[in-house]
Amino acid sequence: MTREQPLLDIENLTVSFPTRQGVFEAVRGISFTLGRERLGIVGESGSGKSMTGRAILRLIRPPGRITARRLEFSGTDLLQLDEHEMRKIRGQRISMVMQDPKFSLNPVMRIGEQIMEIYRFHTGAGKRAAHARAIEMLEAVSIRDPERVMRAWPHEMSGGMGQRIMIAMMMVTEPDILIADEPTSALDVSVQTQVLSIMDRLVHERGMGLIFISHDLNLVASFCDRVLIMYAGRIVEVCAADRLHEAQHPYTRGLLGSLPRLHEPRRHLEVLKRDPAWRETPSVSGRQ
Amino acid sequence: MSRLVFNDLSVWFGEGASRVDAVRHATFEVPSGASFGLVGESGSGKSTILRALMGLAPDWSGEMIVGEQRLGPKRNRAFYKQVQMVFQDPYASLHPRHSVDQVLSEVLKLHGFRDINRRVQALLDDVGLGPGFRFRYPHQLSGGQRQRVAIARALAPEPSVLLLDEPTSALDVSVQAEVLNLLNDLREEHRLTYLLVSHDLAVVAHMCQSTAVMQNGEIVEMLTVEDMRAMRARHPYTCHLLESASGYNPNAAQAL
Amino acid sequence: MNRQDISRNPDDPRLGFRAWLLTDTPSSRLHARCVAFYAGWLKLRSNTMAMVGLGILILLVLVAAFAPWLAPHDPLAQNLAGRLQPPLSESHLLGTDSLGRDILSRLIYGSRITLYIVALVALIAPIAGLLVGTIAGYAGGIVDAILMRITDIFLAFPRLVLALAFVAALGAGIENAVLAISITAWPPYARLARAETLTIRNSDYISAIRLQGAGPIRIITRHIWPLCTSSLIVRVTLDMAGVILAAAGLGFLGLGAQPPSPEWGAMIAEGRRFILDSWWVATMPGLAIFTVSLAFNLLGDGLRDVLDPKEGG
Repeated sequence: MTREQPLLDIENLTVSFPTRQGVFEAVRGISFTLGRERLGIVGESGSGKSMTGRAILRLIRPPGRITARRLEFSGTDLLQLDEHEMRKIRGQRISMVMQDPKFSLNPVMRIGEQIMEIYRFHTGAGKRAAHARAIEMLEAVSIRDPERVMRAWPHEMSGGMGQRIMIAMMMVTEPDILIADEPTSALDVSVQTQVLSIMDRLVHERGMGLIFISHDLNLVASFCDRVLIMYAGRIVEVCAADRLHEAQHPYTRGLLGSLPRLHEPRRHLEVLKRDPAWRETPSVSGRQ
Repeated sequence: MSRLVFNDLSVWFGEGASRVDAVRHATFEVPSGASFGLVGESGSGKSTILRALMGLAPDWSGEMIVGEQRLGPKRNRAFYKQVQMVFQDPYASLHPRHSVDQVLSEVLKLHGFRDINRRVQALLDDVGLGPGFRFRYPHQLSGGQRQRVAIARALAPEPSVLLLDEPTSALDVSVQAEVLNLLNDLREEHRLTYLLVSHDLAVVAHMCQSTAVMQNGEIVEMLTVEDMRAMRARHPYTCHLLESASGYNPNAAQAL
Repeated sequence: MNRQDISRNPDDPRLGFRAWLLTDTPSSRLHARCVAFYAGWLKLRSNTMAMVGLGILILLVLVAAFAPWLAPHDPLAQNLAGRLQPPLSESHLLGTDSLGRDILSRLIYGSRITLYIVALVALIAPIAGLLVGTIAGYAGGIVDAILMRITDIFLAFPRLVLALAFVAALGAGIENAVLAISITAWPPYARLARAETLTIRNSDYISAIRLQGAGPIRIITRHIWPLCTSSLIVRVTLDMAGVILAAAGLGFLGLGAQPPSPEWGAMIAEGRRFILDSWWVATMPGLAIFTVSLAFNLLGDGLRDVLDPKEGG
């Protein structure tokens, strides 16, 4: 792992929403850094993992509030930027891929136009350059006939194609960080492997930082370098991905135990017993 | 006597040029009291087989047998008393304005039971929900609790066959474990026959003795659970499924 | 307006009842209904504008109920000596009309007629629409085609013209005006109910009850209606303004309530002749129509938030 300045340095990040019952904290004071690596964030629904991804891009709608002692991207304090400056970061320097491409692509614009628009918005390049770049990116995500796909409408694409197009779209500006929120859980296994290998290549070849948010422990363990395990808005454990199966925290152990395993048949799956104390223990730091 | 037999079953939607063949010539048998899995990606036709059996897909050919009875185009109430189904998404399968009590007592009334009060309690006990849940509405329940209610509803007519359409894919893993354990216990207690549809091989291996792997509407391979554990598969698609069950494999990605 | 308030006021004598209404674990069917209803009420109460609308409507009902005690004068008593008195004149707060009748008293008695029309239309039109729409949506095929074409025919006529035709055929009068308005008002409800039914019909919970052997009548009445009614109720409250105006329009054309009955629309029609010299004669009933229409709209907006079934209320 690199020892240079991290791409992303987060300290004491909190996301809170005022409700009628009082303030609800979806993320409760977590700290971590991201280098040029594949960082996995795992947790169950409601653990705050998706909120963390959105908070980095400041995509939390009011009345939701983001606070942090530090939220730095390559030395820039993201919390100090105004909305206009933030828009330049989003998409150009930090990109995000969501779970379902159907909701992320504009249904009334051809795919090529959408990719080119993003590229031109962020770089100010001409039409021709943008076209060439879009084709190049579609090829990079293993799309066989990029010219045809450029002219296609989003509804003509299958789920796997759509997700690859999303990744191409997010990568066209060569961001430093890609935040992928459950990018493959709507995809079938064969496509899932392809999409993962594309992201893997981008990390290796371009030195990008990847935040991979997922509920799938096996997938994160085999795909990422480092894993943060989140519970109730806090990080309960940080470990190297290949050592995830030796994790210590009872929550992580419980999650692993509750997975059915192909090679270890069991009559009964372990049932996770939630300890209220997990909620209260301070967040583990994921800073390096 | 509740075996299921599917003989050369084909299911299609639409007519003429817009006809889509969802299932083509599927043949398999689920012995009485067994648990059988159908695995495949979305659109492979695995859920369509369940829908055809339940009478929700009107255009089909071939033969479907439940017990000793060959199914015709219509299903009567006696059929639904014997075969029941649990849906994938517990957030969509419960009526938003009906309380748990309403859901269960309506089903019991439909099937002509008398002691409804006692039976509702018993059903809730069966699926591990206490009496405190009886008068709640779906929006007051978690995903796992909703799926338990859906299971209770399916058990209400005392069926002998339960069709499970991805019963845990909308749930967190820890909740999935609870629901799978519950389903296993119920199968033993009530001597049920299961036909389980899933995209997750590990879930199928955990629940079923044998499995059919489907791709593009066809069954490409039949496996026993021992075959799966020993990774004994002949069809390349099955091999790939088995490999990716244990996570991301960069070598497999190279091969693509 | 919630759990926190209770914890702050443990001495509140209503605590027991409120806690009972706010519990997560109701103990009977009735209790569960009360809890759901109270949660909806709390949500509605937090919407100030809806509460204003509700307040105005409650006031209208009270005024109609106690009209004989509230009205300072007989609404039909003429006094040609004191005709066209301006507002705030002696003993006539809102002035008098061309026959010297007290406008305030006429408005107060007119609220009865307005409520009568509104209540009848609100009962007839949505129920007819709900029946036609859900049957068409659930049955599909030829039934759907026939019912919807009939609906289209009614929709294609301009509303007031169709109502005029009916009143002309049946004779002028409030009952016939109500009937005419209802006949022109049901098609939008049918369309709405059909659209809702089409989305509900294919949902898993309808499949689930079908798989229990339930027949179409049970599915429509027990499972589809409860989900359609909320949007229909919202639509009714939003339409009420239009209904009042249509009734007023018929009254204005002399085809609704007949003189000397103090129907608000008819009052405007009468005041029209003096609009330049005696503005109040037409303006006061106009303001009354405006206020009540606005109240219905505000309440409708608030109800839409509370009754949205997608929020599971």
